[in-house]
Amino acid sequence: MNALGFPLLSLITFLPLAGAAIIASVRGDEETVARNARWTALWTSGIVLLLSLILWFRFDRTTAEFQFVERAVWLGEWGIGYHMGVDGLSVLFVLLSTALTPICVVASWESITARVREYMIAFLVLETMMVGMFCALDFVVFYVFFEGVLIPMFLIIGVWGGPRRVYAAFKFFLYTLLGSVLMLLALIWLYLDAGTTDIPTLIAHRVAPAAQVWLFLAFFASFAVKVPMWPLHTWLPDAHVEAPTAGSVILAGVLLKMGGYGFLRFSLPMLPDASAELAPFVFALSIVAIIYTSLVALAQTDVKKLIAYSSVAHMGLVTLGLFTFNTQGIEGAIFQMLSHGIVSGALFLVVGVIYDRMHTREIAAYGGLVHRMPRYALFFMLFTMASVGLPGTSGFVGEFLAIVGAWQVNRLLALLAATGMVLGAAYMLWLYRRVIFGLLTKNELKHLLDLSPREVAVFAPLAVLTLWMGIYPSSFSSFYAASVANLIAQHQAAIQATRQLAGL
Amino acid sequence: MIEAGSVFFPLLGALVAGFLGRAIGDRGAQVATVGCMTLASLCGVWLFFDVAFAGNARTVELGTWIASGTLEASWALRFDTLSAVMVGMVTVISTLIHLYSVGYMSHDRSIPRFMAYLSLFTFAMLMLVTADNLVQLFFGWEGVGLCSYLLIGFWYDRESANAAAIKAFLVNRVGDIGFALGIAGVYMLTDSVAFDAIFAAVPALTGRTIDVAGISVNAVELCGVLLFIGAMGKSAQLFLHTWLPDAMEGPTPVSALIHAATMVTAGVFLVARMSPLFELAPFALSVVTVIGASTALFAATVGCVQNDIKRVIAYSTCSQLGYMFFAAGVSAYPAAIFHLFTHAFFKALLFLGAGSVIHAMGDEQDIRRMGGIWRKVPITYAVMWIGSLALAGVPFFAGYYSKDMVLEVAWAAGTGVGRYAFVCGILAAFLTAFYSWRLLILTFHGAPRADAHTMEHVHESPPVMTVPLILLALGAVVAGAVFYDPFVGHHFGEFWREAIRIAPGNHAMEAAHDVALWVKLLPVLMGVSGIATAYLLYMVFPTVPALLAERFRGLYLFLLNKWYFDELYDRLFVRPAMRLGVALWKGGDGGIIDRFGPDGLAAATVRATRAIVRVQTGLVYHYAFAMLIGIVVLVTLFATGRL
Repeated sequence: MNALGFPLLSLITFLPLAGAAIIASVRGDEETVARNARWTALWTSGIVLLLSLILWFRFDRTTAEFQFVERAVWLGEWGIGYHMGVDGLSVLFVLLSTALTPICVVASWESITARVREYMIAFLVLETMMVGMFCALDFVVFYVFFEGVLIPMFLIIGVWGGPRRVYAAFKFFLYTLLGSVLMLLALIWLYLDAGTTDIPTLIAHRVAPAAQVWLFLAFFASFAVKVPMWPLHTWLPDAHVEAPTAGSVILAGVLLKMGGYGFLRFSLPMLPDASAELAPFVFALSIVAIIYTSLVALAQTDVKKLIAYSSVAHMGLVTLGLFTFNTQGIEGAIFQMLSHGIVSGALFLVVGVIYDRMHTREIAAYGGLVHRMPRYALFFMLFTMASVGLPGTSGFVGEFLAIVGAWQVNRLLALLAATGMVLGAAYMLWLYRRVIFGLLTKNELKHLLDLSPREVAVFAPLAVLTLWMGIYPSSFSSFYAASVANLIAQHQAAIQATRQLAGL
Repeated sequence: MIEAGSVFFPLLGALVAGFLGRAIGDRGAQVATVGCMTLASLCGVWLFFDVAFAGNARTVELGTWIASGTLEASWALRFDTLSAVMVGMVTVISTLIHLYSVGYMSHDRSIPRFMAYLSLFTFAMLMLVTADNLVQLFFGWEGVGLCSYLLIGFWYDRESANAAAIKAFLVNRVGDIGFALGIAGVYMLTDSVAFDAIFAAVPALTGRTIDVAGISVNAVELCGVLLFIGAMGKSAQLFLHTWLPDAMEGPTPVSALIHAATMVTAGVFLVARMSPLFELAPFALSVVTVIGASTALFAATVGCVQNDIKRVIAYSTCSQLGYMFFAAGVSAYPAAIFHLFTHAFFKALLFLGAGSVIHAMGDEQDIRRMGGIWRKVPITYAVMWIGSLALAGVPFFAGYYSKDMVLEVAWAAGTGVGRYAFVCGILAAFLTAFYSWRLLILTFHGAPRADAHTMEHVHESPPVMTVPLILLALGAVVAGAVFYDPFVGHHFGEFWREAIRIAPGNHAMEAAHDVALWVKLLPVLMGVSGIATAYLLYMVFPTVPALLAERFRGLYLFLLNKWYFDELYDRLFVRPAMRLGVALWKGGDGGIIDRFGPDGLAAATVRATRAIVRVQTGLVYHYAFAMLIGIVVLVTLFATGRL
């Protein structure tokens, strides 16, 4: 039990499941069930959000220790236990998950009309899996949640998706499963090596440098697919295009962060030698991701695909930053993940608004929307600028710090990473120009309505967060500063130790 | 309080006009923004005198912005002489432009939006000049980039306006890569991004090298060059200048704001601000000088043949910025800022005057369809003369003092690049005077070339537009004479104090006062002969220019098409990027990754399944045979001890 006197993390992890159970038990005609499902999902996710805010206020930002720790004996004799806790690296991702879920529920309020009950259940289960994944401090628990996320997501794409949803869902599943199998092997290896699956113990455990490379690659297969890193990214555009709006929001907002979080939680601290050794490999893939996918984004004719490709490019900066092993690089990567969670989520919601009205994602089908939808244009502009990385929005901080971090490692690396500043602006501004600006000539667009109050309620919190993170990022970065400092110190100590060993 | 007021009143105005525009109406938005700007300029002018003249430099801390390890960037308002000069100038010019816009934009559909953008633009520039660290400077830097994007594309129904807006943003971003990397470089060298800490640390860093792609280069020089690349983008210097002429797509007051007060001067400001670093980077300074000098000449040649009234003035800005840069490049930062200061008055004047002409001619911008209107628009005509006289550097107008000073320091520097800059500057001075009078004569004199209907409606602008013009004209007359002594006189050091640092070995500023008489007279002579040439060609023998254009057709087209930079960039970057994007998408993602990745795997699975299905023939002896083979293999393995 922890300082609060009650198991907060378990509560916010499993409360959504209780909500899902309530939704499942509702009986009545379709209309009643749908209404009940929506409201129950909103209330549940709202309460979870409020509870998770305790983390915001009570989290001790001065330490790198795990907090709100819960332990329960589970399979004690095998060294496996139920162990939950958060540190600076994970706490904000928990909050990101609990903040995006109610927004997704509201965003789906009117656009989902078929099988509403199942849809809401899927989202609540998804929330449990996401939050549990970020809180888990035991490898087995982590693995269960990490893989568990796939199931509701697979269903959300496969059931409520677009015309090619089955292809997209299977592609998504195939890629992620392949990685997961390898990660499972690595997990078993680690368990046999250390005799425990407890994550804090494993972080302290030293793996022989020779084995580290293999373990690293096994983890890498799983995390790189999630991020996704080039060339394992092709599932993402398809999944985004076919997923319903809220599915895309969670996919871009949280699921992509699982890869980055995995690197932070496992690869960097547990396999320091391999991480350092293979950093150039990761850099190369990251740079290719930034430039390659930005160029591909430039060529897109589908709004959602364009934003999906931009996600790959932005996440390229994340993986780049993580493997610089300096403060700015890692902090920049974490901030970029948080910011991307908010901004790309918001951009998918932006697309959802016009998709709900026109049922097309073709960029060419739009144009001149500012004439009918000035409020929409304003929100779209804000999130576009955040995606471009304009200072004063959340997008700048992470991008800038990651570039500063990269510079310290290698100048050419920083230069190549910085080309994303131009390419990113090119595809986003061109998208904006084609959708929003110009004359309103198309007849079918002439009767569009501007944002409804419900839609404003969806965007407003995201807009506030985007600006808050951009103008006063310290209130977020203070959460992880101590943990990052600790991570870097541990890493340097480990590298030093290996060198000394080799010297002997 | 006053410090914050000078910077944040424009933001307040922008927020009120932007978000309450619908509630308070057009008039309300105008009152709010002009009112806020007036308050800001009162604060700004007071600070200009208190900080620059009374010497009360200070920094107001507002809070932490980005903190990551030792990288700490705060929100702060730094007021030293350099920023006070900029704040005073920016707020005053911007207020006059706001006032003018009330009249100029009176028929527009979205007045509140326009006024909000103008104020936001001013706010971003003020944040830029009052930054006390590189990152906040970058905030303002990108902020003016955003606002210029919004304002150039203000009439978003027009294709050309949208294209110009995106172009401005992207070309600026190319420069920003340099700036961002420059910040990273400075941080790695000095372990700080705050100016005071950087300036304290750089002297110890001379000779430090850094590895770039396997080559060892001087670290301070590298930072200097990278920061200057950022400045080139923002200040439209050669190679990154292509956005500036296209920026004419925005409403005229925007052009005035971009060219005079905000935006393009930021690059010059950055170099002056970073003077302690540039002073230790002689190579970087040479680059600044050569690029500046080349731009001064290049832009002037193009300006001579353009036919759009605003485009001519735009190229003149490009050229004048070149002057400022080469002055800074020879370590005469005060001269650069002095020219920036006087230039702000006469360039705002010229643009707003041009706007008044366009207004009078019913939105006509082509000077080939103007002429013969000077009697109908006397005030506009008079102020355009004053602006041109100042621009050409005719004695005792503002430009005379600053431009002569710039040319004198270039000569006095005594270096090779200084001499190059002097020659370019002298030639450009001739061309400047030439195109200015070409513009004046074609616009106002000769036989009317507009149709009768337009000519009937030619009228002087209302007082809300002419009053700012007259005030700016006043500035264009006196700003040079009044501020010459403190800015660049013998005791300039007492005025700039800590804000600008010049290495002891660089004497251009002092030596400029003692140059030979011909150096002092030559610019004026060139200016006067430029005017005379324009008078002869366009007033006395108006058929000659067309003949010349016909005779030297190749050269004429080369200049008219702006040295074909746009076409070149389009071929080199824009189209290949698009083609590469499609190729990587269809070929890379579709043709290779998916084909051999998931789709290939799926297809292989299907094939394998089919093969297995074929084995299942349903005939018992097939199965029996397979079993037999299996047993044989197992037994063999067992017998040989391998199992």
